[in-house]
Amino acid sequence: MSASTSRSRVLPGFGLSLGCTLVYLSLLILLPLSGLAFKASHLSLAEFWAIASGERALASYRVTFGASLLAATANAFFGLIVAWILVRYSFPGKRAIDALVDLPFALPTAVAGITLATLYAGNGWIGRHLESLGVKVAFTPLGIVVALTFIGLPFVVRTLQPVIEDIEPEVEEAAASLGASRLQTFSRVLLPAIFPALVTGFTLALSRSIGEYGSVIFIAGNLPLISEITPLLIISKLEQYDVVGATALAMVMLMISFVMLLVVNGLQWWAASRHRGDGPSDGEVR
Amino acid sequence: MSTAASRRANTEPRWLRVLLLCVGLGFLFFFLALPLLAVFVEALSAGWSAYIEALDDPETRSAIALTLLVALTVLPFNVTFGVAAAWAIAKFDFRGKSLLITLIDLPFAVSPVVVGLVFLLIFGAQGLFGPSLAAHDIKVVFALPGIIVVTLFITFPFVARELIPLMQAQGKDEEEAAISLGASAWQMFRRVTLPNITWGLLYGVILANARAMGEFGAVSVVSGHIRGETNTLPLHVEILYNEYNAVGAFASASVLALLALVTLVAKSIVEWRMHRETRMLAEALPAEGNPGRGRLVAPVSPASGDF
Amino acid sequence: MFRATRQFFTSVALSLFALSVLAEGNSLLNVSYDVSRDFYKDYNPVFQRHWKTVSGESIELKQSHAGSSKQVRAVADGLEADVVTMNQASDVDFLAEKGLVARDYARKFPNNASPYTSTMVFIVRKGNPKALKDWGDLVRPGVQIILPHPKNTGNGRYTYLAAWGYALNQPGGNERAAQDFVGRLLKNAPLFAAGGRDATTTFMQRKMGDVLVSFESEAELIAREFGKGEFEVVYPSVSILSEFPVAIVDKVVDRKGTRKLAQAYLDYLWSPPGQETAAQNYLRPRNPETLKKYATQFPAIRTFTVDEVFGGWAKAFPAHFKDGGSFDQIYQQK
Repeated sequence: MSASTSRSRVLPGFGLSLGCTLVYLSLLILLPLSGLAFKASHLSLAEFWAIASGERALASYRVTFGASLLAATANAFFGLIVAWILVRYSFPGKRAIDALVDLPFALPTAVAGITLATLYAGNGWIGRHLESLGVKVAFTPLGIVVALTFIGLPFVVRTLQPVIEDIEPEVEEAAASLGASRLQTFSRVLLPAIFPALVTGFTLALSRSIGEYGSVIFIAGNLPLISEITPLLIISKLEQYDVVGATALAMVMLMISFVMLLVVNGLQWWAASRHRGDGPSDGEVR
Repeated sequence: MSTAASRRANTEPRWLRVLLLCVGLGFLFFFLALPLLAVFVEALSAGWSAYIEALDDPETRSAIALTLLVALTVLPFNVTFGVAAAWAIAKFDFRGKSLLITLIDLPFAVSPVVVGLVFLLIFGAQGLFGPSLAAHDIKVVFALPGIIVVTLFITFPFVARELIPLMQAQGKDEEEAAISLGASAWQMFRRVTLPNITWGLLYGVILANARAMGEFGAVSVVSGHIRGETNTLPLHVEILYNEYNAVGAFASASVLALLALVTLVAKSIVEWRMHRETRMLAEALPAEGNPGRGRLVAPVSPASGDF
Repeated sequence: MFRATRQFFTSVALSLFALSVLAEGNSLLNVSYDVSRDFYKDYNPVFQRHWKTVSGESIELKQSHAGSSKQVRAVADGLEADVVTMNQASDVDFLAEKGLVARDYARKFPNNASPYTSTMVFIVRKGNPKALKDWGDLVRPGVQIILPHPKNTGNGRYTYLAAWGYALNQPGGNERAAQDFVGRLLKNAPLFAAGGRDATTTFMQRKMGDVLVSFESEAELIAREFGKGEFEVVYPSVSILSEFPVAIVDKVVDRKGTRKLAQAYLDYLWSPPGQETAAQNYLRPRNPETLKKYATQFPAIRTFTVDEVFGGWAKAFPAHFKDGGSFDQIYQQK
């Protein structure tokens, strides 16, 4: 963040929009989350550490973050392809398929979990064929990846779509007329333009996956140390009426997610401002 | 969308197009179409009349009503604050911007299980403000306000998150031009910014809306599950399922899937009307072109001139 | 088509209006666990008729169903339940601790305040191919058991305690042996289902496992839902008696002035019509005459209670299901 705030601005509404955002954000998000921190502060540091670093908790972080990373990666790859074909190509039934992308949000997570478990179980439509190849999905950690891929997909596709739609064909035409191959055009012109959105989609899918509970428990198997996710441990604490213990685990997850998001967002802005620095029409320096 | 002829130069070779289509559609088929199909197969497993009957249940109807009410209430908040946040972040530079974006993202990262808990810790009877709320006989949790607040929390990032990369890619030249030509802030926003961000805004709204209607975990904690009163459709689905009423559960789930499509139909209508408007505008003003669309190319491609 | 849509939205709007109006007036909110709806759906009209003849008043009965301990937490956090009807004493104990329910709630009504009971039974595939007759058979290598999460669900906890109690009961049984037995049993579980219903789906539809352990009342529902003849219910030599305690939430009824109604609502559960309704929902009635009438439906089975073997839920819960309890120890031994 190199620019200073003292430079005179041409565009209006900075104070108003930032002010609104901050007030709303504080009321809706910071205040409630500070309630969480307040509750967790009932624990001494040693107690907090004991809960956060228990064997089961550590195993659950591995499962949760590992599966989320895999799922978000799969989503970034397939989501890019899906967004691309939805914007650029025309094929029959495109509208319907476009509509389908929002399904993971609309379907209650429990329904998603139950349905996916049924599809990927040993006798399900998909699981049957995978089982004959020796791949077990439902009730294994792989099942968690499947569920998380399902719920994270819209993030990547919907973040990419407007950006791809916004790319002017002239850019590619110019590149092509200058003799660039399609691959070069993609990697030098298109990818840089859509990369920030791709990273955003990836990060959002990832952070959503980490907290997901409803769909995962139906397909995970929930065996301690093997397929137990952290939100399940939180629920387990709540079942024991141990709200403070639950907030401790919640705080750990929140902090990890927060740091992760902060790093990704920071990197992205750093990269973006570097790019803008090179660009021909820098909108800042006037 | 421009014409096919001008596209020829910048599209992939045929084999690659086919491959991408196959991979993309195959992925969607296995991950989205089959689950959706499975939902409908279950919902209709006892026949069409059983499906209708399941939906005609008064408790299901009131769950649908509540879900729609919540989604509609949340919508204006999301649009207003989403646009405000995106405007501040994408068009200006200030310290702590990454932090602000991260805070906006945070609701995604908070497990739905925890979101509900967080609001109980604040508004619940044993919570921070619980006793004073009870003293004034104001009900927040286990009533409509609680459901709305929780839904606001989980849907907050969508609009802003859709708009930020888009507005950032668009730069601010057009708005600055409008201002320097003497447009008022409102005129600039309406005539320049809004047309440019329509798609992103729509996607954001569609996503937020779908999520608002489909959210289960967080709402479940603060709803109280009172049948016919605070039971939203997703909660209703789970209860029906637990009661061994698979047809009812999946029929209700299919309604949620269909409700999400309603927003997409709305999107298509807007798309079609905008298309018609631009065409009419282009015909009316052949020489001047269309101010909203005639953006310069440069800001999107930071690495141009590399060849 | 258009008219149908409009009618639909009108009815939606009307029901929305109706629910805001109905919230007032003489009504009772019964907060209950998740699978009790079938029973209360039948019982509520029975009580409404009874109340009408007794007092002439028409009343509204509202139901709330979800996971048992989640419901109890909601009540503690301000959900205005007049009565709670749970599937585990530890849940009501929590409310007593918070001062919402009388500490001696179990003595306010007969039979430990549990108007009906159930027990844990086995459901096996047709013909019982693995010949699973008793708890001892479930730990044999190669047998797959489907059960809900033993630590987080009421259903799973009763299964866990039933197996524990069985092992204690064996010759030379002691706590160590019981823990070892339960450990071997849990090793035969390929997964821990999210809840009772999920365990059923996994066993019935996804065809996983050789045996499903569940409540007797569920077993009958399952047979009804998934077709009789495909599955058999096996009664083990001994099992646990699961009780379903009910209680009045003092704090709420005193404020709303609904104590009389709440008391009558719960009292009537022990009446012959109330007991009959329970029996029709495959819940074992307390009334000996009703039980006799439905004897074919409820085979005799030797049961033990949580109080007898474990000294009550207040002891059993921390010993087995809290963090560091016997369940967690089983998974730390590895």
